[in-house]
Amino acid sequence: MRLRSIFLAPTALVMFLLFFVPLLIALAYSLLTRGPYGGVFRPWTIENYQRALDPLYLTILWRSVWLAAVSTALCLVLGFPLALYIARSARHKTLLLNLVMLPFWTSFLIRTYAWMFLLRDTGLVNTLLEGLHIVRAPLPLLFNDGAVVLGLVYGFLPFMVLPLYATLEKLDPALLDAAFDLGATPWVALRRVVVPLSKPGIAAGCVLVFIPCLGAYLTPDLMGGGKTVMLGNLVQSQFTSARDWPFGAAISLLLMLLVLLVARVLGKQSEKLL
Amino acid sequence: MESILELRVLSKHYSTNRVVDDLAVAVRKGEFFSLVGPSGCGKTTTLRLIAGFEQPTSGEVLLDGEPMGDLPPHRRDVATVFQNYALFPHLTVEQNVAFGLERRPHANKRQIRAEVADALALVQLTGKEARFPNQISGGERQRVALARSLVLRPKVLLLDEPLSALDAKLRKEMRYELKKLQRAVGIAFLFITHDQEEALSLSDRVAVMNKGKLEQTGTPQELYRQPQSRFVAEFLGEVNWLNGTCVRPEAVRVSRGLPAPAAHDAAHSTIGIVENATFLGNCVHLEARLPDGSHCTAEVPQHDCDFAVGETVNIWWHAADEFRLSAGA
Repeated sequence: MRLRSIFLAPTALVMFLLFFVPLLIALAYSLLTRGPYGGVFRPWTIENYQRALDPLYLTILWRSVWLAAVSTALCLVLGFPLALYIARSARHKTLLLNLVMLPFWTSFLIRTYAWMFLLRDTGLVNTLLEGLHIVRAPLPLLFNDGAVVLGLVYGFLPFMVLPLYATLEKLDPALLDAAFDLGATPWVALRRVVVPLSKPGIAAGCVLVFIPCLGAYLTPDLMGGGKTVMLGNLVQSQFTSARDWPFGAAISLLLMLLVLLVARVLGKQSEKLL
Repeated sequence: MESILELRVLSKHYSTNRVVDDLAVAVRKGEFFSLVGPSGCGKTTTLRLIAGFEQPTSGEVLLDGEPMGDLPPHRRDVATVFQNYALFPHLTVEQNVAFGLERRPHANKRQIRAEVADALALVQLTGKEARFPNQISGGERQRVALARSLVLRPKVLLLDEPLSALDAKLRKEMRYELKKLQRAVGIAFLFITHDQEEALSLSDRVAVMNKGKLEQTGTPQELYRQPQSRFVAEFLGEVNWLNGTCVRPEAVRVSRGLPAPAAHDAAHSTIGIVENATFLGNCVHLEARLPDGSHCTAEVPQHDCDFAVGETVNIWWHAADEFRLSAGA
């Protein structure tokens, strides 16, 4: 018992000082009034939370949820066949898994810039299309919602593939044989046997993708070109250019509440896996 | 008699490894047929070829006279009971049994319910419909697997070592149940096992496999009494080599002195020195050394076994109990 406390103490201390205390500070900030050049002043108020319910900000909230949901769905659709293939491949499992994780070896920022170089008007894709006379003017590939979704899917796909792989790998191949034997086509076997049995992996993957997408800041800022504002960008701008710390704190706390809610709903399923 | 399932010179090779080699087997309608052999003899691969999970290298599978060709498993009218049952863990007993029926075109919900109820009654699982596979015992799981396959009324039911996951006592009980069930439904069973006792006690006919090849097919009595190869003889039970012929331990008689008719018959008797006597309850397992240095084992009824170790005894047998194996076989 005492030994356990000794080993847990450093973690508990770090969590308390760097997570719990800042959270309390943020909570305090969100209930104060903004200063003219940033900072916070009295009086205490709940006005910041009331302002967050303004239709303007609800639009941004809705947009964030929508883009995160679309990205998560795309990750699932792309990641499921990939995870299934890796789980069922006999010889190259380790190699394929390493390839999935390979992008983590390069900074996310650099990889995002690489996408921008590919997609911008004078980028590789548009140059190629124009050179081949497929298009006359460059296609608007960057600085829109599509580009943001692309960036999010690209960035978070491994977080979907890995938990899916973990459940699919444990799936007894005899169950598939049994399904075929009982008259199921491959499609029916997938729908009635594989998907239901990989629910914990699907839920875990969706949590791991949806939550960071919801709070994403870098991708919408760079690939959305500042036009596609998501909650993360809104928080960032409140603390910098807008100099409205209390409002930024209020939004970030609301975002956290939303994340907890989603995690709770999906987490019930993924508990079976994690 | 008409065959429901026929394997014609069926082969499956993995590069140079002949897992199934020129197998020819015909299973008759309504028959309990066992495919028996040591592990790695190719019997499970044979089952997978019949079910359509694997494609043969050469030869063909005929089901009710129709060549199966490269038909996928879901289009073949056979059903399999898997070694570990492969029940769907996310479905209830009832949903597991209904799975195959629901795959049929024009499936009618009410009719499915009725058929599932009948199948569950057949395997005495009425009342367990709403349980999940992890909420029932091993024996019950096996019954669900049987019901799930039988409810489809396949032309042949394939059973892949279905008793091996059960404990010894339950295994014997289920053996009897399985036989009763097969008689009740009248569907041909192709039973795969490595347990010769299981194969002999359950089957109408047995095929013995070794290293991918068929050794011999016949009724359990034929195989046990008149094996055509040393492999079959030794796989199905113990064999004594006496005066150039083979005799099963339970046919070996041991006595002090020879009874009158056998006394003149040197070809069917010998002498031996008792080396070991093991009491087994219903009989005594007697081991004797013969003049040529070889050993002979005999199963002697315990009430007339009072031989001491080191004693010289007469060993004899009836001509009808011996069998010969051709040299080299």
